[in-house]
Amino acid sequence: MSEPQSKVFLCLQANDETRGIVEAIRTDNPDAEFDYQPGMVRITNKGTMKVVRETVEEEVGREFDLQELHINIISLSGHVDEDDDVLTLTWNS
Amino acid sequence: MDMPAKPKKKLGLKERYAVMTRGLGWEPSYQDIDDIFPMDSFEGIKIHDWDAWEDPFRLTMDSYWKYQAEKERKLYAIIDAFAQSNGHLTVSDPRYINTVKMFVNGFAPLEYMSHRGFAHIGRQFRGVGPRVACMMQSLDEMRHAQTQVHAISNYNKYYSGMENFRHHHDYLPYLQVPKSFFEDAATGGPFEFITAIGFSFEYVLTNLVFVPFISGAAYNGDMGAMTFGFSAQSDEARHMTLGLEVIKFMLEQDPDNVPIVQKWLNKWTWRGVRVLTLVAMMQDYMLPKRVMSWAEAWEIYFEENCGALFRDLERYGIVMPPCVEQVRKERDHLSHMAWCQFYQARGTSNFHVWLPSEEDMDWLSQKYPDTFDQYYRPRFEEWRRMEEAGAPFKTTGINMQCQVCQIPMFFTEPGDPTRLAQHHCHHEGEQYHFCSQWCQEIFEDEPEKYIQSAIAGHDVFKGKAMRPEADPTAEDFNPAAEALAFWKLENGRDNGLHYGSQDERNFSMWRGLASSNS
Repeated sequence: MSEPQSKVFLCLQANDETRGIVEAIRTDNPDAEFDYQPGMVRITNKGTMKVVRETVEEEVGREFDLQELHINIISLSGHVDEDDDVLTLTWNS
Repeated sequence: MDMPAKPKKKLGLKERYAVMTRGLGWEPSYQDIDDIFPMDSFEGIKIHDWDAWEDPFRLTMDSYWKYQAEKERKLYAIIDAFAQSNGHLTVSDPRYINTVKMFVNGFAPLEYMSHRGFAHIGRQFRGVGPRVACMMQSLDEMRHAQTQVHAISNYNKYYSGMENFRHHHDYLPYLQVPKSFFEDAATGGPFEFITAIGFSFEYVLTNLVFVPFISGAAYNGDMGAMTFGFSAQSDEARHMTLGLEVIKFMLEQDPDNVPIVQKWLNKWTWRGVRVLTLVAMMQDYMLPKRVMSWAEAWEIYFEENCGALFRDLERYGIVMPPCVEQVRKERDHLSHMAWCQFYQARGTSNFHVWLPSEEDMDWLSQKYPDTFDQYYRPRFEEWRRMEEAGAPFKTTGINMQCQVCQIPMFFTEPGDPTRLAQHHCHHEGEQYHFCSQWCQEIFEDEPEKYIQSAIAGHDVFKGKAMRPEADPTAEDFNPAAEALAFWKLENGRDNGLHYGSQDERNFSMWRGLASSNS
């Protein structure tokens, strides 16, 4: 245990559109922490975090394109990898 | 012709990205590629495979328009609502409006510079992936400049200090700090520019400007700033990712790139942190209701977030920039030194200042237990006594500014808060002054560049801060009054103390009218 493991984060506007996305993130990343600040929520997790299309669709009750995240995203940290089904944030350390 | 019974399967994100970016490029046949892209090699960065670069969001132009249009619709609905409901009177306290002034004067013009810069490098990179990403970023930055100016124009209708934001950005001394940052970046090559802006500006700086600060705007009831801030920041997430990918891309392409990238990271970390001095002050002193202190924001967005990035880059041989040691020592001093400077030099700014109240100072001592009570509270208390005696303390001279970051030389030596930092060097018979060892090192690496810095305060002494019709030989010529006229500052209205200012009086009167019928 020499160094702390890096944390990735995702900040989203806290609004009606993101409520289901936030719940989906909670389901798929059980260790993630949720910090609600005025107007926004900052979600952190050690090493990696994923947003899964299928889980979001279950939460919001409609088809969801992961690129819709662009509308309400405020900031993020970590390397991004995105395809049709999952958006992943990771640090390699 | 018959229609096919089943529509063709839609392309997946990765395939669509390949078709809509690289698929749009071509190999030139009758021109040498080095003639078409003359600028992406002189900095010494070696790229062997441009196709190895991919936008991780895989955003294509068609989706870009779709999502940006959606962002604009949301934003303008709120800006209209804000204007229609006298939103400027719903903010927590009229002091807050000064942060909006600083924003439109100091920050919106940088968005425009960034638009220009990315349009330029979007033309200069020979790889199709980065070119498309830079073009999108260029459009984003234009959008940010426009939406910030639109949103803040609702304040400009009622308050001073904003109507000359473009002129002020070019000439007011304190605004040379952000301006010179961007001019420094834009006069570098395309790889240095994208490192400076993608990493330092987007990854380090905008996180600290937009996230805690705009969350602070929300907390202070400014729906307009909150909305343009978050709307802009939704693009920044993509920009940070672009900056990070470009750094990783350079490091992976050739080991010879590592020392060049390290040099830029060292330089631009420091340049970024120096600009953040203004943000630190906004957070600790200018938000009437505060979300978090500068020191707390720094821990999250620099120590944690940039720490993670540098640990990630270690495998390429990249290390944390050496200036970070000093930055850590300055963390608990930065906002206090800056606010002291703005308070005493308030004649040359286009917003108003005030002394922290007892309650503000108690909050500051709690957030800065090692520095505030010892070094800064006594100074504010003394200035309070002077204000009460009817003779507020004020500097009458013009400050010497650092040749590189252009911040007035008010910093103290790291670890020695009672000794003023004064660094100097000579170049071709002239003496140059710096706030720190790090700005001096940046100068010494490219002196031919920084000797050209236009330094607004120094220009007064060179006779450059004068309107064309000024006559310095006239008997009653007043150089200080002439400088204010040249800067388009209306003394006593645009600058000075908040309490008793026209803006403060108007806000109180209008808010009174808004909540009663008489």
